[in-house]
Amino acid sequence: MALDLIKRQYRTLQTISGPLIFVDRMKGGSLGEMCVVDLPEGERRTGQVLQLMGERAVIQVLEGTSGIDSEASSVLPTGETAKVGVSMDLFGRVLNGFGEPIDGLPPIVPDEYKEINGLPMNPAAREKPDFFVQTGISAIDGLNTLVRGQKLPIFSGAGLPAKELALQIVRQARVAEAEEFAVILGAMGITSRESFFFRRSLEETGALERTIAFINQVNDPTIERLFTPRIALTVAEYLAFERGFHVMVVLTDMTSYCESLREIGSAREEIPGRRSYPGYMYTDLATLYERAGRLKGGKGSVTLMPILTMPDDDITHPIPDLTGYITEGQIVLSRALHRKGIYPPIDVLPCLSRLMNLGIGAGKTRDGHRTIADQLYSAYARGIDVRRLVTIVGEEGLSDLDRRYLAFSDEFERRFVGQGREDRSIDETLDLGIELLNTVPEREAVARRR
Amino acid sequence: MKETRGKIFGVAGPTVMVKGMTGAIMNTVCLVGRHGLLGEIIRIKEDMVTLQVYEDTVGISVGEDVISYGIPLSVTLGPGLLTGLFDGIQRPLDKIRETAGGFLTRGVKVEALDLDRTWDFTPIRKKGDTVAPGDVLGTIEETERITHRVMVPPGLGGVIKEIKSGKVSGAEYICMLERGKFIELYQEWPVRRPRPFKAKLPPEEPFITGQRVFDTLLPVAEGGTAIVPGGFGTGKTVVEQTIAKFSRSDIVVYVGCGERGNEMSEILSDFPKLKDPTSGLPLSLRTVIVVNTSNMPVAAREASIFTGITIAEYFRDMGYSVAMLADSISRWAEALREISSRLEEMPGEEGFPPYLATQLGMFYERSGKVMCLGSEDRTGSVTVISAVSPPGGDFSEPVTQASLRFAGTLWALDPDLAYRRHFPAVNWLASFSLFHAELDDWFGREVAEDMVRLRGRLYSLLQRQTELKDIIQIIGVEALQESDRLALEVANLATDAFLKQSAFSEVDAFNTYEKQYWMLKTIFAYLESAEAALKRGVFIETILDSPVKGRLARMKEEPNEGFSGKARALIGEVESEFSMLEEK
Ligand SMILES: Nc1ncnc2c1ncn2[C@@H]1O[C@H](COP(=O)(O)OP(=O)(O)O)[C@@H](O)[C@H]1O
Ligand SMILES: [Mg+2]
Repeated sequence: MALDLIKRQYRTLQTISGPLIFVDRMKGGSLGEMCVVDLPEGERRTGQVLQLMGERAVIQVLEGTSGIDSEASSVLPTGETAKVGVSMDLFGRVLNGFGEPIDGLPPIVPDEYKEINGLPMNPAAREKPDFFVQTGISAIDGLNTLVRGQKLPIFSGAGLPAKELALQIVRQARVAEAEEFAVILGAMGITSRESFFFRRSLEETGALERTIAFINQVNDPTIERLFTPRIALTVAEYLAFERGFHVMVVLTDMTSYCESLREIGSAREEIPGRRSYPGYMYTDLATLYERAGRLKGGKGSVTLMPILTMPDDDITHPIPDLTGYITEGQIVLSRALHRKGIYPPIDVLPCLSRLMNLGIGAGKTRDGHRTIADQLYSAYARGIDVRRLVTIVGEEGLSDLDRRYLAFSDEFERRFVGQGREDRSIDETLDLGIELLNTVPEREAVARRR
Repeated sequence: MKETRGKIFGVAGPTVMVKGMTGAIMNTVCLVGRHGLLGEIIRIKEDMVTLQVYEDTVGISVGEDVISYGIPLSVTLGPGLLTGLFDGIQRPLDKIRETAGGFLTRGVKVEALDLDRTWDFTPIRKKGDTVAPGDVLGTIEETERITHRVMVPPGLGGVIKEIKSGKVSGAEYICMLERGKFIELYQEWPVRRPRPFKAKLPPEEPFITGQRVFDTLLPVAEGGTAIVPGGFGTGKTVVEQTIAKFSRSDIVVYVGCGERGNEMSEILSDFPKLKDPTSGLPLSLRTVIVVNTSNMPVAAREASIFTGITIAEYFRDMGYSVAMLADSISRWAEALREISSRLEEMPGEEGFPPYLATQLGMFYERSGKVMCLGSEDRTGSVTVISAVSPPGGDFSEPVTQASLRFAGTLWALDPDLAYRRHFPAVNWLASFSLFHAELDDWFGREVAEDMVRLRGRLYSLLQRQTELKDIIQIIGVEALQESDRLALEVANLATDAFLKQSAFSEVDAFNTYEKQYWMLKTIFAYLESAEAALKRGVFIETILDSPVKGRLARMKEEPNEGFSGKARALIGEVESEFSMLEEK
């Protein structure tokens, strides 16, 4: 028995494929166990056991397999699962996707180590999220309200200003939130330009001392991307549920994350699901997104804002699709609005906040908020219908009423959505909504007169 | 009981392979490894078995021990289910929270139901009576709302030698039969085996949801199956929750299968406060919740719908009408796929195992209205309403298609309607109900003799609306004939005033059939008066401008009680207002 406790080094690398190594005759390894991989030249890497079959282990090497050989390289199981050290000293720091400092400052002495996979929150212990967060963005506050503990992603397209919007939200929400507010950035596969942009913007918001950034760049190992959001969320849970912070987590870009997931899947020769993404991607994403929330009897919260790039602007692509199925709504950016110079280019029709009703109304935002939102939606939807019609039948085929709706939708996009960098209070948002609604005839907007 | 032991050979995701398990039985449970995690045998190949493990497998090593006692995966049935909250394999989440805190740690062992709790038992059978399976021995007031009928379990029966009365618990028997057979308050039932009944009965009554578009246009029969497919955000969960709140069923079993935690927290905090419209008592008193959220172990997600439907059947057997709500069956199918792919089975369409449809059928076929087991003529029913989450909102995918084969009613949700906040976002022309013929009698008898005809008129009007909308796309609305413009206006009115129904409006969320009928009556009275005015030569613009339309649009805000009186008055106004309109 005692022999089991002595960890052996295995020099039985059998196959090397993509980011994976297959090790034979590995006794006693456990699923998810971290290993030390020693390369012939003295370099050390980190591995994690993905699968065990008899005495063969499948191990993913976090830094990649380039330079590993099947004769001299060796694997040493550590008996530990993946963990990250947490501490209040993390505030203000910039770390890589594994949680190692990359800001040139001294190492962090953790208070404790936490498993990065976390544990599912007991549904019986969840607190219903109902606290309104003012983001200062009309299309969000007025129509798709965010609440604390919600997971609300931004669906973006290549080149659309999702990161700008996310940072504007972080900056403005911070002002409204004031108290124990923390921001965690988990960046996966971003360019050095984007990385620079994030750091500078966070500095500008003055939120840096309340921010922790985990950054994995395009040229960093792809497997690291699978760790980055888990590490970011583990730290977020610690701050929220043990230290009482209201933590806003921005994860970007989930599309890079999913691509890494696919890479591992195909290296394992798994049967791929839709568009060759793994069949378990829904479950995998859920184990990230579901970590947002509030705990009964607890003070803090984890609010999650993942950003993803819709390949080809296609909302039915598995990445936005599975995300939308898990998150509590979505904010969708539109290329057409962006081209028209509207910022933020939020396409409100496919947007949704599933938790909106819990966060609005008397005592939270304003009595009648729901009605205003519903009417703005139906008026805008009608205006869009008319806009489509115009392209076919021309303005002459329109009734007078149709023309008013057409004008409404233009104004709505220009003024309500296209607010620019302005930080609007909820009252300003709703008042503007009412002002716009007053341009469409009373007879139609029936419920408004109640 | 038969014990088999083996050693772990491999671990891949939620599946574990075990060697040396000669003699193990398919679908029985095992204790896995040093944490004693629960698993179920899903494949046997010589002495190697594969388990799906109901808890996270991280940390499991090759060589750890596995034991099976030959017991199938079962649920505990008895008083205490109602108001309960369980995970996919019936672990009580409230109690787990008490012992383990806010997060779900592994290997927590808690009984599904509190077997030591005492209940007040009123026997209705006595010593010397002969009883058979399904006979009611006595009753327990399980909640203020529901009387629990304690039944003779399937497979037992005979002459009663002793029956308890008053305080009883799971600690000892409740009834002793001749030849030393005992009946206990709690029974175990294998989740994958349907509970027996005497006979299936044909559908003849609607399952009343209180939602106009469902009850009037697209009804599901009590004991039938409805499926609700739709892309994300189209309103599946709200449909399920609204039915959980307002449907006219005795019992609701709500299965949150692979969906969101926050949605469940909403139900959990609202249901004890919300009143059931039939009894006026809190909804939680008639509800059992099974929840295995998307981030909880995937194998337990697979089991959750079987756990749910077994509990539903148990209440059906007592003679209750039960609504079994599954949100979402697609997540169950994906769990099946995930496990199947770990078994390296040959995949079928979209990677789902070839037996997907068979397994789905086994679930859906457990719905139905039945003559219950037992000597009395009790009927009970399980109506299944399941949400389907097609990838990309594309209904041609395998889970939607397989579900369609078993569904009596399709409520197809449409993102276009959802985008413009028309809820329930049911595409009325793409949806169907196969129950019309069976239910028409009931409608004529219980609602109104012309209800079926009004429904037919509504259908034609909506059909015409679609045609006219297509025409407008080509020629513009101004070019339509006057009668068509009128038809379009009234169809739009019916769409907004009747089909659209807010689940969050206190007054409008639940409608009786009477209110639905009178709303239709009013809308068609409006159409007829307007047509008459048009024939008389009144300008179409004058007709469309008449202010009474606004009152029709708002009639949904009137409560159920006294609606028919209000509707009659409104019809009177419609008629007089139109008769006063001046001709050209
Ligand atoms: N009947 C309804 N009345 C009002 N709003 C609704 C209704 N159905 C859906 N909604 C709105 O649509 C949102 C998404 O609905 P949900 O049921 O969560 O969608 P799904 O489960 O299909 O993803 C809800 O948060 C709510 O805002
Ligand atoms: Mg849903």
